[in-house]
Amino acid sequence: MISIYTRRRIINAINLTFSFLAMLFGLFWLFWILWTLLDKGLSGISLDIFTQMTPSPGSTGGLLNAIAGSLVMVTLATLIGTPVGIMAGTYLAEFGQRGWLAPTTRFVNDILLSAPSIVIGLFIYTVYVAKVGHFSGWAGALALSLIVIPVVVRTTEDMLRLIPDSLREAAAALGAPQWKVVTLVTWRASKVGIMTGVLLAVARISGETAPLLFTALNNQFWSSDMDRPMANLPVVIFQFAMSPYEYWQALAWTGALLITLSVLGLNIAARLFMRKHTSSQ
Amino acid sequence: MSKVHSEEKLKQQRLIDLIFRKTTWFFTLVVFSLLAAIMGSLLIGSLPAIKAFGFDFMVSADWNPVTEKFGAVVPIIGTLVTSLIALSIGIPVSFGIALFLTELSPPWLRRPLGTAIELLAGIPSIIYGMWGLFVFAPLFAKTIQPWLQNTLGQIPGIGLLFEGSFMGIGILTAGIILAIMVIPFVAAVMRDVFEVVPPMLKESAYALGATTWEVIWNVVLPYTKIGVVGGIMLGLGRALGETMAVTFVIGNAHQLHASLFMPGNSIASALANEFTEADGELYTSALIELGLILFFITFIVLAGSKILLAQLKKREGNIT
Repeated sequence: MISIYTRRRIINAINLTFSFLAMLFGLFWLFWILWTLLDKGLSGISLDIFTQMTPSPGSTGGLLNAIAGSLVMVTLATLIGTPVGIMAGTYLAEFGQRGWLAPTTRFVNDILLSAPSIVIGLFIYTVYVAKVGHFSGWAGALALSLIVIPVVVRTTEDMLRLIPDSLREAAAALGAPQWKVVTLVTWRASKVGIMTGVLLAVARISGETAPLLFTALNNQFWSSDMDRPMANLPVVIFQFAMSPYEYWQALAWTGALLITLSVLGLNIAARLFMRKHTSSQ
Repeated sequence: MSKVHSEEKLKQQRLIDLIFRKTTWFFTLVVFSLLAAIMGSLLIGSLPAIKAFGFDFMVSADWNPVTEKFGAVVPIIGTLVTSLIALSIGIPVSFGIALFLTELSPPWLRRPLGTAIELLAGIPSIIYGMWGLFVFAPLFAKTIQPWLQNTLGQIPGIGLLFEGSFMGIGILTAGIILAIMVIPFVAAVMRDVFEVVPPMLKESAYALGATTWEVIWNVVLPYTKIGVVGGIMLGLGRALGETMAVTFVIGNAHQLHASLFMPGNSIASALANEFTEADGELYTSALIELGLILFFITFIVLAGSKILLAQLKKREGNIT
């Protein structure tokens, strides 16, 4: 019979080893997935990717229309979602101390933050696509903007709350009206933090596929009309990856690499931004 | 003269103030009403299906676009089973990671490792799906599935779960890919709640001679219980609604099997695959009703998680 001390030490060692292995396990997938992407996607990167349209089966091409479509929709979604998010976040942090609206909205926003993105697509489909009768780039941008809003609301509120009240009181004591206190003092002080939230939101929607399936759909050709189905990188990746053509699959891998690099890049940029912000306070 | 001028200015500023406040209030109302709008529009969209099938929709396993008979049982079960597999793998691993990050890791490693795990959460889900289909599934079919069948598959009862041929794709594969996806979310929440434990509590336990594990199991975990459950539910919410990663590997078959090796379907992947091709009002409406069910389930899970996490926060204020 081993003594209780040895037993406790052994249990300790076993469980801590497990914890260490769990950490390795998590990192293992990250590196495996990144390695696969580099392995399969890097060889496909060429100038053609950025200058040619998506090909029909059997011919060669690139991803130009998909990249452009994604850029347009992500930009529009950010432009629609950011002001709404910042305004609502401002209300929650600055004016929402009393009343029912702030706490309930905070709750609703947290739900929206993790709501299944495919349901957002379904929502835009029923209220917009089904009404106008066709898929369109606008619908895609709207669906993405609904994903931007909760992210921006959350970070805006969090960032504004970091601003010490003494700053607000100082401005008010100088006779500044409330709107000036908010726009010229608190917004300015938390500018970097709010921008980080926007960056995170952009990173989040850049890779979103599900909400675009029933809204923007896809377009094999160059699409500059926002009122028509619009090509976009995630859906092109989805369709090409599921296709039986090897050339399409190779293009899908290249697209996947591009998307992952940009999303991870945005994430890292947001983190660096934030670190600078919090360390300067 | 100058007094009149400043009074006018004051009035003007008050007006701008009011407009500003009302604008932010208005946008908050927009965000607030989004949830109700989503629920409402999905409900209206699914009315034809609700009228046609009533409660049968929830208990029927039919899914036949030709005869227009639809039932939600297969996708609902697929969604629940894949999420369950994801959690049963994801919870212990996330716990281990959170433990490592808060208690074991040397301080200089904490930040890069934490960032790495968070980056795993940032990878778009379609990438997980592609990787799962082209890299993981073939390997899974060749090595792990035969091994599972030869070991766990031999046990009577449980063996039923591991029957069938090795296709690589199916419910189990979808569950494992989901597990990889939820690990970073759950681990991040667990790490954050472990960090709120007052150091004094832990130090007292150490001072009494407890091992690191005993401190975690008997002090940290009981203290953060609610938060940990909240984090798990957050991960569950993610797993339930995940679309692209599952769509690639679940097999998209409206069939019910005991075996986890067989293809199945989840609500999200049924939507992703069939929605744009659905013709006929009833078919579309049935799919929208599926979406409504999914939204409802995730709403309950996420709401529960929020309430639990909020409780932890409240308690944190009381004790310290």
